[in-house]
Amino acid sequence: MKFFAALSITIALIILLNVKLGMAPPFGKFLDPFNGFWQNAEQTKGWSDNECKLTGLKDETKVYFDKRLVPHIFAKNDEDLYFMQGYITAKFRLWQMEIQTHNAAGRVSEVVGEKALDNDRMQRRIGLGYGAEAAQEYISKDPESKKMIDAYCKGVNAYIQSLKAKNYPIEYKLLDYAPEEWTPVKVALLLKNMANMLSIFEYDIENTNFVAKYGKDEFNKLYPDFIADEDPIIPKGTEWKFDATGNKLQTNNSAKRTESPDFFANIIQKPDEITGSNNWAAGGTKTKSGKPILCNDPHLRLSLPSIWYEMHLVSPNMNVYGVTLPGSPAVIIGFNDSISWGVTNGGRDVRDWYQIKFKDDSRNEYEYKRQWLKAEKKIERYKVRGKGEVIDTVIYTKFGPVVFDKNFGTVDSKKNLALAWTAHLPSNEFKTFYQLNSGKNYDDYINALKNYTCPSQNFVFASRSGDIAIKQQGRFPIRNKATEQGKYVSDGSTDNNEWNTFIPTENNPTIKNPERGFVSSANQHPTDSTYPYYYPGLGVFENYRNRRINHLLTEGKDIGVDFMKKMQTDNFNLNAAEALPVLLSLLNQSGLSESEKKIISTLLKWGHYNNPQEIAPVYFEIWWNELRKLLWDEMTDKAVPMKQPSFYVTVQFLKNDSTSQFYDNISTPQKETRSDIVLQSFKKIEEILKEKEFTEVQEPYANDKSYNKNNVNPHDWGTYKATKISHLANIEPFSYMNVYNGGNLGIINATNTSNGPSWRMIVDEGSMKAYVVYPGGQSGNPGSAYYDNMIKTWADGGYYEANFVKTGDELGEQKLFSITCKP
Amino acid sequence: MKNFFICLVFVAVISAILQQFLPWWIIALSGFIAGYTIKQPTLQAFASGFAAIFLLWIVYAYMLSHGNDDLLAKKVAMLLPLKGHVSLLFLVTGIIGGLVSGTATLTGRLAATLNSN
Repeated sequence: MKFFAALSITIALIILLNVKLGMAPPFGKFLDPFNGFWQNAEQTKGWSDNECKLTGLKDETKVYFDKRLVPHIFAKNDEDLYFMQGYITAKFRLWQMEIQTHNAAGRVSEVVGEKALDNDRMQRRIGLGYGAEAAQEYISKDPESKKMIDAYCKGVNAYIQSLKAKNYPIEYKLLDYAPEEWTPVKVALLLKNMANMLSIFEYDIENTNFVAKYGKDEFNKLYPDFIADEDPIIPKGTEWKFDATGNKLQTNNSAKRTESPDFFANIIQKPDEITGSNNWAAGGTKTKSGKPILCNDPHLRLSLPSIWYEMHLVSPNMNVYGVTLPGSPAVIIGFNDSISWGVTNGGRDVRDWYQIKFKDDSRNEYEYKRQWLKAEKKIERYKVRGKGEVIDTVIYTKFGPVVFDKNFGTVDSKKNLALAWTAHLPSNEFKTFYQLNSGKNYDDYINALKNYTCPSQNFVFASRSGDIAIKQQGRFPIRNKATEQGKYVSDGSTDNNEWNTFIPTENNPTIKNPERGFVSSANQHPTDSTYPYYYPGLGVFENYRNRRINHLLTEGKDIGVDFMKKMQTDNFNLNAAEALPVLLSLLNQSGLSESEKKIISTLLKWGHYNNPQEIAPVYFEIWWNELRKLLWDEMTDKAVPMKQPSFYVTVQFLKNDSTSQFYDNISTPQKETRSDIVLQSFKKIEEILKEKEFTEVQEPYANDKSYNKNNVNPHDWGTYKATKISHLANIEPFSYMNVYNGGNLGIINATNTSNGPSWRMIVDEGSMKAYVVYPGGQSGNPGSAYYDNMIKTWADGGYYEANFVKTGDELGEQKLFSITCKP
Repeated sequence: MKNFFICLVFVAVISAILQQFLPWWIIALSGFIAGYTIKQPTLQAFASGFAAIFLLWIVYAYMLSHGNDDLLAKKVAMLLPLKGHVSLLFLVTGIIGGLVSGTATLTGRLAATLNSN
């Protein structure tokens, strides 16, 4: 008896400790020091030169790691180069690259269960996988691209195959699963995932709802196409040296928009105001050296492991340095010995929605031009962990997949919305980067961009020979201006708003060596209103960072690298500089208390810099946010989503409109006026500061050198904002909390609580030196000292000089260790 | 008492070797074999099996974590949640391993007595 009892207990214990229970990891497996998480504790003194044998390599390939763990890969041909890129990236970022592609493919529920199912369904319904497969098929027709992508995948797989379970990244052990084979379609998925991140912010549904409720006049006023202070990428008044008359839309241009009386729900989560990116290049007339300096800082959601992986790739064909997207070959943003380039989001609307009418409940046919067209049905299968298979049918129309229907994301079973999106088009973005990586001059750059489709990006360019340029690249449908195609949900039963022709890539906004001596972009309007094609924006084109950047570059003389460093970390808040005088002039100061008067005097003394030590930015931030909430409270009904007007429009509205229906607070019986809500929101400053418990900045997270618990003001901007860099699975101990730094939306240093410059790069074409930093570390392992080691430097506005060497030996003191791989 | 130490060393050494190639639960097999072959009172059998893996796992975990400046252990001790106390994490690691090997050793001993009866 005793024996059986003991045996049962032993077996039960083993089973219990070997399986994942809810959120908890399998404890026995996880805590076992021989195979569990303890194996991920990276030995701080563990770096020494070593050799490896890799089947699939053609020739000996050497990888040198420098003191920041940046790999410098020296290969004898491009295939080996990409093979090693795949191998090394997987070595440091495997879990990240796989979970990101699982996310794009709608497969996260396989790992974490039902809670990810809605997100998975969304990813598949918007057709991310469908787009990736189209891209993969298209890429495989280009022998050169196929060869390089295959080599990269082989490298990743060589690493995966070399792994024993004990070497899996810790996240696999926590979530109890194993990595799978890397394939070319995953490379495509990764690029489509990026496309999704950067083009999700269109507001067709919100705009339709607004017009249905408030009419077209209010809409045009609150969401204007162009504003008075427009400062576009291509300077105002630049002549268009191409003839656009040949590329017309193939439909009836006289068709008028029929206003839909419908309201639509929308479950796509979008940020209130987009953070964007900056890039610029100053030409030789502006710089001390007489050669261009190029800068780029893409703003994204900050995460750990970091979205970027820094690499240096050298083969007889190229010597290129920059950041890569883990999971995809080539350098995405960087420089080589002849040219440099960087990107910002193009901000143009490349996603349109069409309302579909099905013939009957079978949904086999839908109406189009008074005919019934056959719908295609795609069955999506989800292997949900802990639940089994879930099946979802997605219907494809000639516009694209029906995302919202009776089965998903809508309360009204009759509303079916299909999505047309340039990310569904077959494309080969890899080729663009491959050609940029080995590009020598302006012509190579222009040629490389031809292949680039989605997401639309502003590619800034500078060359050692002295050229600077910027081009907005992407595939853009030629749109019908009469119907304002793309701004609203369209009627899918007509072809009035259907995509059928695209703007030729040579007609995309481009400028080379402009007279003003610099080029720049910050997600603003690419052009003024004279551009021959009609185009709506994703949401709102930027109105502040662009003007600040252009102002600084216009004023700048004898520009050097230090000027650029100061500029990239500039905290000047142009939005506040323009809004605050308006707010103060509208504030009735008669009944204010002493402490409230002190707030006013602090605000009056403020120079509008969102530096971390300042208190005024906190006052302004609260006042501005609360005021916008009160002003645009009409637009907060979740059942009928609408977008709040932009910061810029809000300032103009407050300044110029003394009365409006929107000043009223709809949740109170009385009628509020403009000065009522200005005062009410001002009163909130003290109220909220009293309520809010500030997260105390604690070691080791306090990165500010001057930080001292005893003399810091707990209400200062750095503490109030408390930037958080979250782990990709939101595992808090693996995240980096409370980063103390300045900046905000609309500021060149666009760091808010969750988003910010994900990579800062300055390339001096004169000295061929580059200065770089990103908020993370080269290792994806939370158990590595290189997981988050660059965050402090980043937050303090510091940079590292890139080791842009020609041979590994040149690294000298900077070398940490090397790996020599032989076939 | 001598057998206590023989059993302890046996379980620890065999487990350390087998764990190089096999999953964590192989510690139960080494515990069972030791329990079966080494004669000692049943409670003592449990204690020796427990102590063997308790010590083996803690010592090895300590060695790995020491070379890592406890960087990862601190994070996992926040996660589990042990309020960031690394020493508690070592203890939990030892107890989990020890329990499995202890009950397995006990089972082995009981199997031996079952056979001899």
